[in-house]
Amino acid sequence: MKGKTTTTGKTHSTTIKVDYLARVEGEGSLYVKIKDDAVQDVQFKIFEPPRFFEAFLRGRKFTEAPDITARICGICPVAYQMSSVHAMEDALGVKVNGPLRALRRLLYCGEWIESHALHIYLLHAPDFLGYEDAIRMAKDYPGVVDRALKLKKVGNDLVTLVGGREIHPVNVRVGGFYRVPTKYEFAPLVERLKWAREAALETVRLTGGLPFPDFEQDYDFVALRHPDEYPFNEGRLVSNKGLDIAVREYENYFSEEHVRHSNALQSSLKQRGAYFVGPLARYSLNFDHLSPLAQEAAREAGLVPVVCNPFKSIVVRAVETLYACDEALRIIEAYERPDRPTVEVEPRAGTGYACTEAPRGILYHRYRLDARGLILDAKIVPPTAQNQKAIERDLWQFVSPRVKLSRENLTWQCEQAIRNYDPCISCATHFLKLELDRE
Amino acid sequence: MKERQVKPRPTATGKRLGDVPRVLIIGVGNPARGDDGVGIAVARALAAKRFANATVVEASGEGTTLTQLWQGAQTVILVDAVAVGAEPGTIHRIDARTQALPTDVFRGSSHSFGVAEAIELARALNQLPPRLVIYGIEGKSFESGIGLSPEVIGGARRVVGRIARGVREQRRRSLRPQPPPPILVAAR
Repeated sequence: MKGKTTTTGKTHSTTIKVDYLARVEGEGSLYVKIKDDAVQDVQFKIFEPPRFFEAFLRGRKFTEAPDITARICGICPVAYQMSSVHAMEDALGVKVNGPLRALRRLLYCGEWIESHALHIYLLHAPDFLGYEDAIRMAKDYPGVVDRALKLKKVGNDLVTLVGGREIHPVNVRVGGFYRVPTKYEFAPLVERLKWAREAALETVRLTGGLPFPDFEQDYDFVALRHPDEYPFNEGRLVSNKGLDIAVREYENYFSEEHVRHSNALQSSLKQRGAYFVGPLARYSLNFDHLSPLAQEAAREAGLVPVVCNPFKSIVVRAVETLYACDEALRIIEAYERPDRPTVEVEPRAGTGYACTEAPRGILYHRYRLDARGLILDAKIVPPTAQNQKAIERDLWQFVSPRVKLSRENLTWQCEQAIRNYDPCISCATHFLKLELDRE
Repeated sequence: MKERQVKPRPTATGKRLGDVPRVLIIGVGNPARGDDGVGIAVARALAAKRFANATVVEASGEGTTLTQLWQGAQTVILVDAVAVGAEPGTIHRIDARTQALPTDVFRGSSHSFGVAEAIELARALNQLPPRLVIYGIEGKSFESGIGLSPEVIGGARRVVGRIARGVREQRRRSLRPQPPPPILVAAR
């Protein structure tokens, strides 16, 4: 816990306030008001200034979107690149298939491995094992933390090889890549990915044995679903409550609103409200498309095909990491270097839509282009912005039966509940802070 | 991240340049957040000097990437913006081998696992490089936008000078002919 805790005490009221939550990406805070042992209000606040990316994309060429939007996030730049290139290709009537399509999945595998390894071990595991942070955890579990760093490094190296650079890859373009790797270049990675797959399997076992609070919720899970594969870049938007739409229909079914306490727009599923995106949703809607190894590991770790306890997201992330290693190996094995690194793309007027599965959930992009291929307007809806309402709702449910806990304990557990979402607040606007107001 | 590769070539002392211990210089920061970009600015200024015995890299400050960057390196110099409330441009030099780092000083980025965490994690795992020196330059403004404050530019210039002198000195020392090994005389 990095934030400070203060108390204002009237006879019947207590305020607990943590200035910002540690181990989440960005700047934000949480406010919880408790009166007579009942939760009165929960506000998940994001106060990092909005970043105006949508505005400064206007007037830029369609080819620039992948490199500009990659700058929105240092943890999931690949997701921004993938959503932007697919949206542009949708607008321009281009379809990328074969090895180029496979390379895009491979690049995403790298990002999932590095992002999930970071979150599981360095940000989330200390919560379950009772450590203040990963540094203290590392003193008791040096082998585990060392494994985490090596696992993450495999993901980084995969992104470096396919994306050209570790952070903010530079090799992605509308239509494909600037350069495609040779099969020979993948050779040194294969052994390391096999090690990573074992390490991920160990991670599933380790996280499966953690203690979880009893907290099953009825969520509207929303994720991509593809007929044949666990989703990265393509598919229909589906939910466990009957939603089944094409990505281009997104704005007909989802709305965004500004709330006073947050700089990030809050998303809702029209007529339904809060919904849940990310590993738990993806897994629960696509369990059947996980590789046999990932499915078996999930079952052995005690997961059922639909997981409704957000605290178990740490296990689901481990399963997805395992899947990503498995899938990466499969793609590399089948890979034949294409003759050309890209397909021809000609500018034309039109609107393009795309959703891809960022490590934290669906990332929606929409662009309207003029005949010269200049961007007229852009819309970007990151996963954390979509999860804000679900986070608030979880906290409401989570705090209610725990109002009698000590302030320190409750604060810590609330932070933990937020970290279930691995919120990337810098993406959403887009830092975190906890205020507990008790009357 | 840019890295300059130097091909080994013979030197006056007959040593090859590849044998010279290299210094790894890491500039950390985000140039789009005002003075937070000072680490990157220092890295670029040092890269332009094309030292034969130094590798210069730029990094965002994400902690695990840093621990990987310095693996195997003997001497590492890391430059980053800090905010401890000193005069803007003030240089804080920290020997990370002997001093613990306060985790709330580095501006780094909004990343919760940043420079100080990386160093403390590496310390916990016994993975710190044998020599790790941090230059923290006190920033003034971390608002969105590109460009450094004049005071911070002054600080950056001084840090560039100090690091450059150190790197050149290390090279001179390593190229100096070593004294021949002592002749052992068997005791009668």
